[in-house]
Amino acid sequence: MADWTDAEKSTISAVWGQVDINEVGPLALGRVLIVYPWTQRYFGSFGDVSTAAAIMGNPKVAAHGKVVCGALDKAVKNMGNILATYKSLSETHANKLFVDPDNFRVLADVLTIVIAAKFGAAFTPEIQATWQKFMKVVVAAMSSRYF
Amino acid sequence: MSLTAKDKSVVKAFWGKVSGKADVVGAEALGRMLTAYPQTKTYFSHWADLSPGSDPVKKHGSTIMGAIGNAVGVIDELVGGLSALSDLHAFKLRVDPGNFKILSHNILVTLAIHFPRDFTPEVHIAVDKFLAALSAALADKYR
Repeated sequence: MADWTDAEKSTISAVWGQVDINEVGPLALGRVLIVYPWTQRYFGSFGDVSTAAAIMGNPKVAAHGKVVCGALDKAVKNMGNILATYKSLSETHANKLFVDPDNFRVLADVLTIVIAAKFGAAFTPEIQATWQKFMKVVVAAMSSRYF
Repeated sequence: MSLTAKDKSVVKAFWGKVSGKADVVGAEALGRMLTAYPQTKTYFSHWADLSPGSDPVKKHGSTIMGAIGNAVGVIDELVGGLSALSDLHAFKLRVDPGNFKILSHNILVTLAIHFPRDFTPEVHIAVDKFLAALSAALADKYR
């Protein structure tokens, strides 16, 4: 779906290598639910998401944050083949979960912000550019089976 | 998605912390936008150097953040307060308003980097709403 230079591939591996999914996943999903509250529509069975504190303390939100972020690992390990890698996940989100694909972009942007906060100045503009390119391809692949 | 009284007070309080580093934040946000979203470079083809940290980027980043700071001051009436800037962007600069969202994202990234403890989810939502309202005011005169 996109061409990757060796430098870009190693940047993505290096960034991902420093991301603790168990920490970042819950932070990112929680932040999405707080900053874009209409996304809570997908999580009716998760219990109390009525306040920011409830969201960040909710164990189901945390567990699901780890699942969602963990799925990015597949893309990092298959950068040459991201479209195929997410074919069935895209179908699931389109046909079973009925998730508006705009949410993939929202999550990607919030994840970028959470990672930036963790890395600080080490998340340089150049690293951000490569990371955002990677996110754009992931979002496109996740959106690819929506007709 | 209009700004509540709480949104406004959260934005004002946070901007009190940001204003000391406004120039740095502005320059960095602009540099990040030009680097991570290269299509935005089309608006700055008259600059010799578009790299992060270059003189034109620093100067213009400072201009932008100054205007955002002023917008915090007129947060109760953004459309009126930004009317002249809207004319400028609509008729002279003719910046596609889709780009306001892109710059807003890069401002949020930069704020998260420089204020990791203060840029909580509650602050994030208020600032995101404020930048969206500001962008709408900036696009108000376009047509």
